[in-house]
Amino acid sequence: MSKKHLVIDPITRIEGHLRIEAVIDENNVITDAYSSSTMFRGIEEILKGRDPRDCGLLAMRICGVCTGTHYQRSIEAVEHAFGVTIPKNARLVRNLMQGGLYVHDHIVHFYHLHALDFVDITKALEADPKKAVAEAHKWAEIAKTNPWNASESVYKQVQERVTKYVKQGRLGIFGNAYWGSKAYKLTPEQNLIALSHYLDALELQRELAKALAIFGGKNPHPQSLVVGGVTCVQDIKNPSRIAEYKQIMKKAQKFTKEAYLPDVYMAGTMYADEALAGVGGGLGNFMSYGDFNLDDLPFYDSKKLFPSGVVLNKDISKVFELDQSKITEDVTHAWYEGTTNLHPYDGVTNPNYTGFGKKEDGIAYLDTKKKYSWIKSPLYDDERMEVGPLARMVIGVAKGDELISKYVTTFLKNGNLPTKVLFSTIGRTAARAIETELMADKCIEWSDELAVNVANGDLSTWTEFDFDKVAKDAKGYGMAEAPRGGLGHWVKIKDGKVENYQAVVPSTWNAAPRDYKERLGAYEASLVGTKVVNPDEPLEIIRTVHSFDPCIACAVHIVDTNGKELSVYKVDPLGASRA
Amino acid sequence: MVADSQEMVKKMFTQKSARVETNKGEEYYNNLYSKMRARLDSLKAQPKLKEMDMMEIIESEGVNRRDFMKWVSATTATLMLPPMFAPLVAEATELMNRVPVIWIELQDCAGNSEALLRSSAPTVDDLLFDVLSLEFHETIMAASGHQADAQLEDAMHHFKGKYLLFVEGAIPTAMNGQYGTIGASGETFKEHLERLAKDSAAVVAVGTCATFGGIPAAAPNPTGAVGVMDIVKGKPLINIPACPANPANMVGVVLHFILSGQVPELDSLLRPKFAFGYRIHDNCERRAHFDAGEFVEEWGDEGAKNNWCLYKVGCKGPMTFNNCSIIRYNEGTNWPIGVGRGCIGCSEPDFWDKYAYERPMADANIKAPTGGVEKTVDEFGLGLLTATTVGIAAHAVVSAVAGKKSEHGEDNE
Repeated sequence: MSKKHLVIDPITRIEGHLRIEAVIDENNVITDAYSSSTMFRGIEEILKGRDPRDCGLLAMRICGVCTGTHYQRSIEAVEHAFGVTIPKNARLVRNLMQGGLYVHDHIVHFYHLHALDFVDITKALEADPKKAVAEAHKWAEIAKTNPWNASESVYKQVQERVTKYVKQGRLGIFGNAYWGSKAYKLTPEQNLIALSHYLDALELQRELAKALAIFGGKNPHPQSLVVGGVTCVQDIKNPSRIAEYKQIMKKAQKFTKEAYLPDVYMAGTMYADEALAGVGGGLGNFMSYGDFNLDDLPFYDSKKLFPSGVVLNKDISKVFELDQSKITEDVTHAWYEGTTNLHPYDGVTNPNYTGFGKKEDGIAYLDTKKKYSWIKSPLYDDERMEVGPLARMVIGVAKGDELISKYVTTFLKNGNLPTKVLFSTIGRTAARAIETELMADKCIEWSDELAVNVANGDLSTWTEFDFDKVAKDAKGYGMAEAPRGGLGHWVKIKDGKVENYQAVVPSTWNAAPRDYKERLGAYEASLVGTKVVNPDEPLEIIRTVHSFDPCIACAVHIVDTNGKELSVYKVDPLGASRA
Repeated sequence: MVADSQEMVKKMFTQKSARVETNKGEEYYNNLYSKMRARLDSLKAQPKLKEMDMMEIIESEGVNRRDFMKWVSATTATLMLPPMFAPLVAEATELMNRVPVIWIELQDCAGNSEALLRSSAPTVDDLLFDVLSLEFHETIMAASGHQADAQLEDAMHHFKGKYLLFVEGAIPTAMNGQYGTIGASGETFKEHLERLAKDSAAVVAVGTCATFGGIPAAAPNPTGAVGVMDIVKGKPLINIPACPANPANMVGVVLHFILSGQVPELDSLLRPKFAFGYRIHDNCERRAHFDAGEFVEEWGDEGAKNNWCLYKVGCKGPMTFNNCSIIRYNEGTNWPIGVGRGCIGCSEPDFWDKYAYERPMADANIKAPTGGVEKTVDEFGLGLLTATTVGIAAHAVVSAVAGKKSEHGEDNE
């Protein structure tokens, strides 16, 4: 009795349109959770029939956040199909763009999308700036570094600025949140530190976007990748451009070591009981597609920075080699026709929208017994999987990768933390911070490598191929990792045109609904068992869902238009008269 | 090459862009100045939405008055106003917090939201905390679920008739609009947009999805996606296309609204002329190479290493109206042509079907929007566009012959 059904729509501070429904028992513990995507565009269908060389530009628009990741995966899928291997400069530039995106994306995620789940900005106003300086030093010491921008005057300035803002009564984008909730655990001083970094990170992400634009032309939606290589010849040739990239990355590296990591220790410690109890841990099955080529062998022969693999039931003593042929998608609970699991090469996705179930008091509830999301349920070897930074760290460690193990071990050792804290909401958030440090370090190395290679006279940026020969009948995949997890594009090409196109991406794995065996998706599994302090302020739900860094537009599948009237867009010439 | 084509090419490339008058005469500007002066005075008399003093903020962040004025004069020029308007633009910047903004996302990828976050002038933290009175924005707001809904309702009622509604993303119309729903009640995007547009002062469609349908509307347009102007009627409407829209143009539109209380002068596609009055090609840094007949023929070739013109690898700059060649992206860091990939025409309607490929216009085999049948773009019967294509291809040949690079020419029929 007295079970309550919560509906949270929109989930904000994410990319895309996500709805979470949760059932809680009389103790406010979540007994059931449902994840639903409520928006659909059909980009894979739009890709059909196009020239494979153009796919990258279109596929990139699947997402404006993992901008560049889809672009690269799509181009790589076509390169894989054509058997083209890119030159060293192109590989390094792609690594710099993709690596820079990780750093950018993780920092934005932690501070601007996730932090307000931990940080009560109204409490920051009560803080003593002097004590906050001492507090900042405390967490920086754990990270074995100096604190970022920590001084009484800086904190006072932040406080004054926000006090003014709050006093005006209208809080704008900070309005009507869960301020004052008991689920917030930081002290006023800790809130002030985090708030100060929130502002600094806004500035830093703007700088990082510039770094990405150096080789990408613009951010978001860069424009410098082509099948066979990259086009940004003049930015590669110019040592000052590479130096500019490196300079910005160095600033991000400093911020990550001095602000991001200490803040994760701070938040993690304040929520340590939850981390130790494994709150938000979820499936316990992890998968990485692997990413970042470290040599110039063809893509899937190259040594990778992040190895691919699969770990089941949190058992890092065993790691399975990834075999892409074992990936399938199931649509039992997704708004598509069909009953069988299909590999992405053969993916069929005819829409079968059955809408919401019952409507009561102006609320439409998902029909959770049937279909309830535009996201399919992907399976690996018939198992549900979690992907993302935590999966990459887990698989790196399980595979005994020296570099990843070093960063993870140092993080845990400095914080005096047991490995098991990683299998939780906090752990997912921590894994992202660990990875940001690793990535910033690597991007700086790669920028030096690029400068040296160019200085040695290598200006090659593109591998020539005969389109008419290679595009007759080909198929390929581009499988690698977006900041938020494994992202793959599968393409079938016939007579120079795209015959079939499918993307199986991070939020398809993580945000998926139940499967044909009624097993839960990663978001859903991570929510079950969580206690909510106040059901009217479901901060715990939002915190756990945010720890995955949802990116929903990417995850939503295609629609077949057979038999439907096709809509043709017309420009309205009378439009001007309305203005 | 026939003489007619050459004439056409000559005309095309010698005329000023013709879409915009940059000097409208003293009387016009004097009138405009007094109108804007009066508008600013009346705004000033209104109660502040926020107590922030813009100059105080600017100075507190170590940006001095001179740097601010530099930005102001650049922005004045971007708005295509003569220098005498600079003090008004400065004042308008200080008054930006008088205009509340509600930002909604429909069939989008958040690319324009991301672009807004990259804004450098004003910087994003100023925008969020001090400058814009941003009342609702899903990607960055704190509240979720019914608290977020309540925040939206409150802003709508509190600022009834006063807010600018920024819309990102297209609107699905197939299947009764159910390809996109929002909120606990399962409201469709279309219903959501109509409800919010009703009480707005003006609607700003930001990005190509919101303006012309963008990628979801690309052939075969599986969800029947359309732009805002196909749904919203009877409201002042401004389109800021591009994928993503340049944040400088977003800020420009808000500033212009503050300066004049009206939407800026628009072209036939409802795009502000200050941003979309020129073709990319008119101000391109590689233009001289076009005129000299020096083209990149293949990615990474000698031409690419020497920054030659990208027309032959598919640059659509000659057909695209936008100010990227002047203001670029990410604080002027770079732009697509700078990075050697050419323009894909992202501020034009239907650009995914017309322009976004890496071959020149005349060589393109693309899928017809009506599905199935393969046609070259020239067979689309796109009037001016086809003429442009032929003209440019012709010019490319003429240039190649006249220029130092000996060429076999290129098919243009």
